[in-house]
Amino acid sequence: MRVTVRLFARLRELTGAGELVRDVASPATARDVGEAVATEWPAIRAYESTLSVAVNAEYSRLHSSVNDGDEVAFLPPVSGG
Amino acid sequence: MTVPDVAITTERLATEPLVALVSSGADGGVVTFAGLVRNHNQGRQVRFLEYEAYQPLAERALRQIVGETKTQWPEVRVAVHHRVGRLDIGDASIVIAAASSHRADAFAASRYVIERVKQIVPIWKHEHFEGGDVWLEGATADPDDEAARVEAYRIACA
Repeated sequence: MRVTVRLFARLRELTGAGELVRDVASPATARDVGEAVATEWPAIRAYESTLSVAVNAEYSRLHSSVNDGDEVAFLPPVSGG
Repeated sequence: MTVPDVAITTERLATEPLVALVSSGADGGVVTFAGLVRNHNQGRQVRFLEYEAYQPLAERALRQIVGETKTQWPEVRVAVHHRVGRLDIGDASIVIAAASSHRADAFAASRYVIERVKQIVPIWKHEHFEGGDVWLEGATADPDDEAARVEAYRIACA
């Protein structure tokens, strides 16, 4: 199945892409999608313990399942305000 | 044009439209907060900031914060707008208004909103300073983290 991956702030800069489309084996969790990205860009592993994940623009969990066509976003620690 | 109670925008921010939106004749006070871009940070001379947001989720998170505020202080009405894009020194990055029949709740609610924004809204500052640039990273966003929410409430009521 195919998912859209969104990356923000420093994660976007580390990978050079704010949006990627990737094929992952079904069934898959958000963590599997993250693994696929980290295989391509090992530098983002530094964020493994601090990032947040969102599926279809709602906060989710790494162990949550993802479906074909979903948008999976990986968010470094936030700094708004 | 109707002013929304929450917004992520590239436009310049002002407190007055938020005050007009939240306040009514029943209110004894309205507290406004404007967060500004500061010219120094951790010993660095800041030139400007670039704010990036995950827009749909950021709006959703702001809406959650407004909902939490309503639960905590049912008499208070709040509005919050956050700006994104390039902001220069002195520009407002966030404006909050909280109106209530009594001042204590209005002060507490406005403080609660800014503390929660820093915890759970997916927005990032890219600081450009004299000699380089750095992404600022604060809290790992988790809207279900009850300890963080309680901490924001504690600060708000301190």
